[in-house]
Amino acid sequence: MKTSAAEDSYKENMTRKNIVRVTDVTKDFDLGKIVVHVLKGIDLEIETGHYISIMGPSGSGKSTLFNMIGGLDKPTSGKVFIDEVDIAQLDAYELAWLRCRKIGYIFQTFNLIPVMTALENITLPMTFAGSTGDAATEKGMELLDLVGLEGRHSHRPSELSGGQQQRVAVARALANDPSIILADEPTGNLDLNTGEDIITLLKKLSSDRRVTVISATHDYKMLNVSDKVIWIRDGKIEKIQNREELDITTGGVAKTSGGDI
Amino acid sequence: MERLAGLPLKISLGIALKSIRVRFFRSLITTFSLVLAVAFLSFTHISDDTAQSLLSLGDSNILSTLSSLGYDIDSAADSITASPKQRWIVFLSLLVCVVGIINAQLMSVTERFREIGTMKCLGALDSFVVKIFLIEAGLQGLAGSIAGTVLGGLASLAMALMRFGTTIFTSLSWPAVFESILIAVLIGTSLSLLGALYPALVAARMQPVEAMRVEQ
Repeated sequence: MKTSAAEDSYKENMTRKNIVRVTDVTKDFDLGKIVVHVLKGIDLEIETGHYISIMGPSGSGKSTLFNMIGGLDKPTSGKVFIDEVDIAQLDAYELAWLRCRKIGYIFQTFNLIPVMTALENITLPMTFAGSTGDAATEKGMELLDLVGLEGRHSHRPSELSGGQQQRVAVARALANDPSIILADEPTGNLDLNTGEDIITLLKKLSSDRRVTVISATHDYKMLNVSDKVIWIRDGKIEKIQNREELDITTGGVAKTSGGDI
Repeated sequence: MERLAGLPLKISLGIALKSIRVRFFRSLITTFSLVLAVAFLSFTHISDDTAQSLLSLGDSNILSTLSSLGYDIDSAADSITASPKQRWIVFLSLLVCVVGIINAQLMSVTERFREIGTMKCLGALDSFVVKIFLIEAGLQGLAGSIAGTVLGGLASLAMALMRFGTTIFTSLSWPAVFESILIAVLIGTSLSLLGALYPALVAARMQPVEAMRVEQ
């Protein structure tokens, strides 16, 4: 990813560094009789504060790569660095710390804990991080305000709409001020408008809080807000497009989106 | 890289309680087999206690009633012994109960796969997941055992009252009854924990990536 154009546009930010670095990662799944090579050598660098979309058809290895970046899966060969730490070297406690403090997860199916209220869902990661009581509650309420759900703190997930649930999930992902937000098809279960709201919210968080947002997606609405789009095909990176290149091709993309979706 | 510390028991207890409260009806059904098994256990124990205390009165009428009820009276040792058949039935009922608990808890783990995976993504340690399941099982076991013991004990006393009249209250040795109650509650709670152990380990070993999977 030696893109001088991108470097120019972020020149003002001297402290810029790579939050995620993936070097020559392969992943095989052993299915007994056959071994499926899902990732065939991926090199990738993701800079702090960027909004990254990983695009690709189903079965392209997109989700596998995404899980690898999130520390949810380990590569067969190659290395994944998060904040310059090789995640293969971490033990269970360190991995849990990483998932708790460094990464916020957003799921396609929202995955709120059904037995807990919105506020309790948001403060759960804080509880895992060891902070409880009034400070956690106060921060949870602030996050609820931030995602536009004032007054919904005592609602259970079943009492909230899909879009509202995903907002709670976004607030939960932010609970421990992570450096990375990993969003797996965050708009996959939402209608068009609600999906757009969530994308706008994520983009706002990314630029306001300098959180790196990495999302795996099929959703072409994501392209408009992405700083970089990584296209995966057949276990390899097909191309990486920067914001500038994207603006030029938006017309073409819009056309395909009409046909594909 | 820093390491995540475990959670204090108080917080795990709070989360477990919440989970039981929300699934109260389900928990009730799961606990019911334990209630019945423990009721049977405490019924036989306390019946033995009553018979033993009546025996010590040395009344020949009572003695003949007791033997007609099927108690093995060891006249030399002057004591009542539980028959092997009786012990087997109690043992089998407890065994069936443990298998029932394992089954119910495994179902509960499958049902909560996504919840557990999500918690692991949010930074839950394996030990936390095990703790949650064991605390839930322990609380259910304790409540179920107490309910069962009370049920079995009352039934046993009521039957003795019907057969022998109020004599039982003067002769009954309360420390022995108390001991039987304690044993029944302890056995019930331990069985509940035992039944939940394997399902809890299954839950804890689950990979967080499971939470990402979409199955509908």
